[in-house]
Amino acid sequence: MDLFVNQILAGIATGAIYGCMALALVMIYQAIDNLNFAQGEMAMFSTFVSWQLMQWGLPYWGAFVITLVLSFVGGVVIERALFKPLAKAPILTNVAGFIALFSILNSSAGLIWDFTIKEYPTPFGSAPFLGSQLISTHQAGMIGVTVLLLIALYVFFRFTRIGLAMRAAASVPESARLVGINTSWMIALGWGMAAAIGSIAGMLIAPVVFLEPNMMGGVLIYGFAAAVLGGLNSPFGAVIGGFLVGIFENLAGTYIPGVGNELKLPIALALIVTVLVVKPAGLFGRPIVKRV
Amino acid sequence: MAAVQEVVTEAPAIDAVPKRAMTLSAGTTLIMLALLLLVPLFVKNFIIFQLTMLLVYGLAVLALNILTGGSGQFSLGQSAFYAVGAYTSAILIENAGMNYALTLPVAGFVCFLFGFLFGLPALRLSGVYLALATFALATAMPQILKLGYFEAWTGGVQGLVVTKPDTPDIVQTVLAWFHLKMSQDMWFYYFALAVTIAIYILSVNLLRSRSGRAFMAIRDNEIAASAMGVDVALYKTLAFGVSAAITGIAGGLGAIAVQFVAPDGYTITLAISLFLGMVVGGVGWLPGSIVGSAFIIFVPNIAEGISKGLSGAVFGVILFIVIFLVPHGARQVAMVAQHLLGRLKKR
Amino acid sequence: MTALLNIKALNAYYGQVQALHGLEFSLNEGSVTTLLGANGAGKTTTLRAICNMVRTTGAVEFDGAPLSSRSTENIVRLGIAHVPQGRGTFTTVTVEENLQLGAITRSKAGIAADIERMYVHFPVLKQRRGQQAGTLSGGEQQMLAVARALMLRPRLMLLDEPSFGLAPLIVRDLFKILGKINREDKVTILVVEQNAQLALEIADHAYVIETGRIVMSGKAGEIADNEDIRKSYLGY
Repeated sequence: MDLFVNQILAGIATGAIYGCMALALVMIYQAIDNLNFAQGEMAMFSTFVSWQLMQWGLPYWGAFVITLVLSFVGGVVIERALFKPLAKAPILTNVAGFIALFSILNSSAGLIWDFTIKEYPTPFGSAPFLGSQLISTHQAGMIGVTVLLLIALYVFFRFTRIGLAMRAAASVPESARLVGINTSWMIALGWGMAAAIGSIAGMLIAPVVFLEPNMMGGVLIYGFAAAVLGGLNSPFGAVIGGFLVGIFENLAGTYIPGVGNELKLPIALALIVTVLVVKPAGLFGRPIVKRV
Repeated sequence: MAAVQEVVTEAPAIDAVPKRAMTLSAGTTLIMLALLLLVPLFVKNFIIFQLTMLLVYGLAVLALNILTGGSGQFSLGQSAFYAVGAYTSAILIENAGMNYALTLPVAGFVCFLFGFLFGLPALRLSGVYLALATFALATAMPQILKLGYFEAWTGGVQGLVVTKPDTPDIVQTVLAWFHLKMSQDMWFYYFALAVTIAIYILSVNLLRSRSGRAFMAIRDNEIAASAMGVDVALYKTLAFGVSAAITGIAGGLGAIAVQFVAPDGYTITLAISLFLGMVVGGVGWLPGSIVGSAFIIFVPNIAEGISKGLSGAVFGVILFIVIFLVPHGARQVAMVAQHLLGRLKKR
Repeated sequence: MTALLNIKALNAYYGQVQALHGLEFSLNEGSVTTLLGANGAGKTTTLRAICNMVRTTGAVEFDGAPLSSRSTENIVRLGIAHVPQGRGTFTTVTVEENLQLGAITRSKAGIAADIERMYVHFPVLKQRRGQQAGTLSGGEQQMLAVARALMLRPRLMLLDEPSFGLAPLIVRDLFKILGKINREDKVTILVVEQNAQLALEIADHAYVIETGRIVMSGKAGEIADNEDIRKSYLGY
């Protein structure tokens, strides 16, 4: 029984990261109806930036906040420079753009910081949480930060005018322009927020998977699985999806014979395909109706 | 909640491709063919090996082109089909002692089934969702290949070494009359060339056939196609199957040429390369596949020569340049060149 | 009376196709003007051209300021509210949030009071205030669209076929409210309609448009009384 509870808690902890990643994906999906395949690499790059800042002597939280801001700006700049001109291009062109960004970020991180694995600090420590053997303080910290983030986003979208404007621009862009919303900048804002959220995911998972250019590959796939499971147009669903996927991953790894670490990605793949086929709108998403 | 639905007008998957522009004129084809036949006679073995890989990746890009340019479906997971083909050939050659040439149709068939089966659930997905599912497939593939269950056949993380095929005795005997010899590399190059030409011709004919028109109808407007009586489900999975089969044959050829298969040779990077090759060559333009293939073989060589890990960045930057400046890739360049030539002639 | 909106030699294009040919007309401040015509005559395009939602050449001046170089959202910020065809409801947010969105370019002051005023004009919206706007009926959504446009405190309101798809009784109510808004809030109104009879009842001035050209203009009453025009252009 202890093992079971332990696995659930560990699942929620890693699920928190998947939830953050999914949240970042959903932010951009809401804005441009497209999945950002480079989201994981953007997060990885941000994490390297924070690492570099700490190497230069900044304290953890100082580096954390500066990285958040830099990531936000970086996200906005990427959108303005590279993706805004592609807004009316076919889907293929956009996918090609994401792949290009993926490639550039992955490769330049390797060029700048090389491909060796680096240790990354945790601000929460790794002692048992509240004296319990079940989860560590870092895992508890991951859960705490994700929940805080979700609450902050909820308040932002529900109670601020700019949050309302972003929702409106995502749901009916033409009407949004007709009430005077600059939809183009709302998209850039979405990119900035996604980049910042992704950087949080990266900085939280880095102590667990270690810092290297390919660290986000698996996390991104799980983020996709979480976003798809929760519904691609539901930020709330994305985080719940993240927790569920995390729990599922851990339980499957423990209780299904033969499913060790090595099968984790195939499980995510199976999950994505199953959800897309059985319930494409996800658990909390709205169904999309196509206009012919 | 059910009453609240979002209505979106789906953007086209890809730009419309003019049908005539899918192949080359007869003259250009002959020149290409002559180059492919003659160049290996004058270069070193290592270059011949690279030319073989040019054909192999050319086939893989062609396969993706049939899927995307032909039927408008995306795949970021071609590396998975390539891997399955490569392993099928390698296992049959090394564990079952089968002749390398015979393993290729088997690799093609296995991949056709695999692609068809993957295409079945993928049927319900369009555009970016399909890209997502295939992206996940490509990411998961190396882990699947490393699985303990299959280690007896796949060699696990270590992979398998594949023996290089010898030049057949009959060829050597004939050549000996002229006091000539043919290296193993050169033999395999011509073998790969024959396979490539055969598949190219079949592909061109496929796209010109009834099925090809069905593919394109689906690409341009799926709903209209189904209204015209095209069995959308069948043709979409069929396109996946055919594409996977050709990719599998390319994978088999690649495994024999490289003489080695290992899980980490078939990561998402390969899928990205093939995708890049298609975009650079021009989506929907079959001859562009060879241009795209040349691009993904030679550009990394040059870039890695400058700095380790640079090729990804170079790929990405070039991809952006292509998207922004020549969205139709090599086809666009070829058309501009043709136009300029025409003008020169007039003077 | 001065002209609030002045349109000169306005052409509009969809791709290669020209949809408007040298349109010229003006709207007096405080007036209700209606643009009549058959399907495909260019009525909707005219409204879209004013807001720069299609490619145009020619001049559109609002209160003396040229609009052609401004983006749609910046034109809206000048005080031109556009109720698009199909209502453009933000279906995934609540009714009240739709109203807040109408005032998104204004400073916060007075928004709550304006929302209450809208609830007086359209009591049905008050009952539905917390509901997702997509669950409203067609008529309710049209009310919401008009209310949302009014939240801008516009000087000019463009309405694209407000009667479309509504039951006759509801249409009558809606036009009554439009007349009231015009009188009480001094909002200039340009309404595009296929239901010519109704539009002519509230309008001061009318233009008839055919294949992208204005073919007739005059006082609304005169046009309504002219049997020839009615029969050949307005179909009643």
